[in-house]
Amino acid sequence: MARPPASAEQLLERFGPHLHNTPPGGWSDESRNPAEKLVKTHCCFCGQQCGIQLKVRENRVIGFEPWEEFPFNEGKLCPKGVKRYLQGSHPDRLLDPLLRDEKVAPDSAGFRKANWAEALQFTARRIREIQEKYGKDAVAVYGGASLTTEKSYLVGKFARLAVGTRHVDYNGRLCMVSAGVAYKLAFGVDRSPIPWSDIPKADVLFIIGSNIGDCSPITTDYVWRCRDRGGKLIIADPRLNPIARNADLFLPVRPGTDLALLMGMLHVILRDGLENRQFIEEHTTGFEALKESVQAWNPQAAAEKTGVPPDAIEKAAHWIAKAEHAIALHARGIEHQSKGVENCLAVINLVLATGHLGHEGSGCAMITGQGNGQGGREHGQKCDQLPGQRMLTDPAAREHVARVWGISPDELPQPGYTAEEIMEAIHRGEIKALLSMCFNPLVSLPDANYTREALDKLEFFGVIDFFLSETAHHADVVLAGSLQEEEEGLSCNTEGRVIHIQKAVDPPPNARTDTWILCELAKRLDRAKFFPFQTSREVLDELREASRGGHADYYGITYERVDEHMGLFWPCPSLDHPGTPHLLDGAKSFHPDGKCRFVTTEWRESGDPVDEQYPVYLTTGRVVSQYLSGTQTRRLGGLVDIYPEPLLEIHPRLAQQYGIADGDAVTLTTRRSEVTVRALVTKTIRPDTVFIPYHWPGKRSANRLTHRTLDPRSKIPEFKVSACCIKKASLSEESI
Amino acid sequence: MFGYEFYVDPSRCIGCQSCVEACEECETHRGVSMINFDYLDRYETANTAAYVCWHCEEPTCAMVCPADAIKVGEDGVVRSALKPRCIACSNCVLACPFGIPKIIPEYEQMMKCDMCYDRTSVGKRPMCATVCPSQALSYVKPEQIAKRREEPTNLFVFGNQHVKTRVHMMTPPGTDAVSIDVVDYMWEGHLGQFGR
Repeated sequence: MARPPASAEQLLERFGPHLHNTPPGGWSDESRNPAEKLVKTHCCFCGQQCGIQLKVRENRVIGFEPWEEFPFNEGKLCPKGVKRYLQGSHPDRLLDPLLRDEKVAPDSAGFRKANWAEALQFTARRIREIQEKYGKDAVAVYGGASLTTEKSYLVGKFARLAVGTRHVDYNGRLCMVSAGVAYKLAFGVDRSPIPWSDIPKADVLFIIGSNIGDCSPITTDYVWRCRDRGGKLIIADPRLNPIARNADLFLPVRPGTDLALLMGMLHVILRDGLENRQFIEEHTTGFEALKESVQAWNPQAAAEKTGVPPDAIEKAAHWIAKAEHAIALHARGIEHQSKGVENCLAVINLVLATGHLGHEGSGCAMITGQGNGQGGREHGQKCDQLPGQRMLTDPAAREHVARVWGISPDELPQPGYTAEEIMEAIHRGEIKALLSMCFNPLVSLPDANYTREALDKLEFFGVIDFFLSETAHHADVVLAGSLQEEEEGLSCNTEGRVIHIQKAVDPPPNARTDTWILCELAKRLDRAKFFPFQTSREVLDELREASRGGHADYYGITYERVDEHMGLFWPCPSLDHPGTPHLLDGAKSFHPDGKCRFVTTEWRESGDPVDEQYPVYLTTGRVVSQYLSGTQTRRLGGLVDIYPEPLLEIHPRLAQQYGIADGDAVTLTTRRSEVTVRALVTKTIRPDTVFIPYHWPGKRSANRLTHRTLDPRSKIPEFKVSACCIKKASLSEESI
Repeated sequence: MFGYEFYVDPSRCIGCQSCVEACEECETHRGVSMINFDYLDRYETANTAAYVCWHCEEPTCAMVCPADAIKVGEDGVVRSALKPRCIACSNCVLACPFGIPKIIPEYEQMMKCDMCYDRTSVGKRPMCATVCPSQALSYVKPEQIAKRREEPTNLFVFGNQHVKTRVHMMTPPGTDAVSIDVVDYMWEGHLGQFGR
């Protein structure tokens, strides 16, 4: 049974998050000793995947040194990168496999140390027992986008071949999938088409739904370089974020209405005849339908919907259309919506209509949120895909991958549920068991109370991780896995640059590499012959073959080549191929006809509309010092100091209406639940909108408030738009 | 490092505090961050400012020190107070026009940014300016800074006190000096010599 085996306090006491501030050996003592080696590797956090050198001494990471030669970030790091080295020596680190045992002493918090044979055997036995009782697909597997590409590949193969379930998906479902679907529809391929070195070359930079300063800090440098060259900066966001204050044009779009803004801009461009006829004719299909679809979205109509002034919409459209080079950047702001795919398609339509594609300094790009958000979704842990970004439903793709794996294509399951759908299937009793690696759904999925109810219902829950996340409190078994710096592998950054994660240290003596754990589990599921891997290199060699000929072709990528070139952009189909920084050179798409497609978009309302009872828009997001569900970053003292607790950003006009002053406790209520946090009264947010960051669990969890409406195509939840009501909390209600 | 200068540009600061976190990694003051970081007025704006010691040519902190504990190195870097001499009297803290020095109670010593002389002396850039993701703190050659929209200045006017610093502030083009007092911009006939 998957209820937590001990009280929240007991679990907190034993497993943290505790704050860790000092390097191994202390500031003034041992850590002053010189490093034995500097390991050139990358940050384990966001999709920027900054280069960093880890200082290693006696098999411990004792500090870092900036890696200025790495071209993407040239030594720059955000505070998460600066403090990431402290996670290896963290006292909360899981050092042994754990089995749930409610009879152990209270200070063990319901888990006892197990030996590996026992823990692995138990996991395999429970998986098979449940499958025998309820069918193969009663077991689901979760992966994560912080895993290396090799591990992501293994998760997909393990789920389909070792467990034999249809249901494998990953936390990247909460990140990039709307953009992925849109880029596939329009360009036939899912990757940002341009390297970041193009950004400074744009004459107009249009950033929509991306809080770059907090969520992709290194990209700021590229944005400022663009401005120094005279580039104009347009930013659309409900909040005047740290970058937006330097914008030449700020579009304060109401949450969930980006599509209306984009269609309004397209309307202006077509109305004024500013489209690039030659480009449209040579490189695109579907333009006539697009024209019709934006007919009704005159600036007035768009302004009514978005709260952006009509003349600002006109100006933005004109600047982009008249620029010689323009780039549109977007991220979760437009993607985390029940029309996330449409939003991204509308950005692409804008770029295509104005001909800003296929030459240097022009294009569009999604800014990856998760570390290996790009690479983690290319090789088969996504519920509908096989390695190489091949589609699981494509017979030729199944044939190819089955041949590499040495099976018949019929043995490959068909596509299963996406991440949130898996949780819903658990809730309704269809899925009975879950094996999760690198995913903390209790904090990161929407409607957290619902997620908790689902976890409580699991008949078996196994977790592979290196810290005990809040979700793992529900586990029956926890297999102590490896940190990023403990296992070699590839990752793919936001640009599509494949980079090399170096192994810096060994895992602690009784923890294991994730690769070893998956292979050992496969052995106990009687599928050893498909998982003979001793090293990441062996996994990569198979992955190279499996991806060969696919869109995300890694055949020409080896660790040595990545090191030599400081990263290689895929596709890289042969060992002498230089890689492909510009994916859509000459605006040639990956569709069979080589054309880019206009895909029309249609307005629809949010899945959680504001009304009289819930009159305020709630939007959620990140802060710079925390990463995703905070499993790692809520344990690092320096990062917690920067921003210790979630704050409610609220405009003075709205605050005054409810008698709320800065620092007051405020209760937010949505159609799901309520949360009480302190107010940060500030003029940098729309007065009809409030914001809270989502990195915290329990009573401070923003995702208790969010709803489970999904984009029908990408299945991304609508984190960026909920309806809420607010009231000042009395002291007794304060549970902050 | 020869030919490199330090530039501060609060208009580019994104408030990430990477500098604050990285500063404590510095060899000369491990575990203690010397960066000054402020939200200007969070009610009004998201603007933030991170800055280091400005390393004055004639440092006020050194001038007011009764123990002669604050020294300027040959590299022009104003050091933390010398431990054997510092009496932790806080004169420097009160006198510095930029609010830089800090008394660290547990050490009974004034400590401040030393521009990572342990790093710059061996050809590395200061930690904060190396990691800063947003060009708010930069340690680069003047020709690189010339590509920016803003221009550097290193003259600060505090009433009658004109302070020339080693570290530069990025300002709107055409700014000769940074003055913080309206009086500095006024004409007061023969009474005052405050104008520029």
